[in-house]
Amino acid sequence: MVNRVVTGAHYGLRDWIMQRVTALVMVTYVLFIAGWLLLGSSVDYDAWTGLFANNVVRSFSLLFLLALYCHAWIGMRDVVMDYIKVAHLRLALHVAVILALIMYLIWSVQILWGF
Amino acid sequence: MKFRIYRYNPETDTQPSMQSFDLNLEAGDAMLLDALVMLKAQDDSLGFRRSCREGVCGSDAMNINGRNGLACITPLSSLKQPIELRPLPGLPVIRDLIVDMTQFFKQYHSIKPYLINNDPPPETERLQSPKERAEIDGLYECILCACCTTSCPSFWWNPDKFVGPSGLLQAYRFIADSRDQATAERLDNLEDPYRLFRCHTIMNCVDVCPKELNPTQAIGRIKGLMSKRTV
Repeated sequence: MVNRVVTGAHYGLRDWIMQRVTALVMVTYVLFIAGWLLLGSSVDYDAWTGLFANNVVRSFSLLFLLALYCHAWIGMRDVVMDYIKVAHLRLALHVAVILALIMYLIWSVQILWGF
Repeated sequence: MKFRIYRYNPETDTQPSMQSFDLNLEAGDAMLLDALVMLKAQDDSLGFRRSCREGVCGSDAMNINGRNGLACITPLSSLKQPIELRPLPGLPVIRDLIVDMTQFFKQYHSIKPYLINNDPPPETERLQSPKERAEIDGLYECILCACCTTSCPSFWWNPDKFVGPSGLLQAYRFIADSRDQATAERLDNLEDPYRLFRCHTIMNCVDVCPKELNPTQAIGRIKGLMSKRTV
């Protein structure tokens, strides 16, 4: 393969928007949890499990985690694109990050619905 | 007045080094460029670029006490001594404070920095309303000194792929120009994870611009237009 500087992949906007939307989802969730902790009368095991027994809270938590993983994917990809110059290595790292994040997602579902 | 200046002559030196200079000069109203000209009279091997000496040509951009700026409009009285001068970061050094700007101008040319209009030219000029003309305020003033682009970490890491703040400000200057007809083409040309989206809103460009322009805002507007045509 010839050695050329190649650009023009025609993507990036969707990721840029997604990073902002996922940030908003995360902020909303953090405010919700912070509000619950501040306003809740007691923070103990029962109150905590009680909160997460609610399916809406579970779904919201999963949405938060999904947003976190998408956000992390874009962030990690940007870091790799900035610093790793060898395309093979870059691809390998991208795949590793994606696989790890998918594993985290499976684990998240297991934690949220597994008790 | 004490100076420490980056010296490197690739023909004779194996390593760059910092040379100390002492100059008998009261800061007063003098600019850094005045001091450099006096230093060159002391040691004529000192290399730096300058031309208009009033912040219009953008030739004497350099790293002054760790911050990019134009020597000709930087008052000596504003600088802490010893004044440390280095070439613009991120570009190959030709000699002393002179850098090779090829990569910078390559990126500039890649955004087609000229009006694209396929209509036959009118008898006189292509007219703009005052409002349309105002759209390119804060954009057309760029003098291509490279202070912003060479202070941008994203450009340091990917100078061959990332257009850089100066090039992107210029790109928006032509997108915003009511006489230009190539907006879609220009957006296509920039929609790329490297060319545009290496900008992580670090804003070093805004911090150092000697003309007080705002490349970050221009980049944001390009992204805004891209979003508008997508959603």
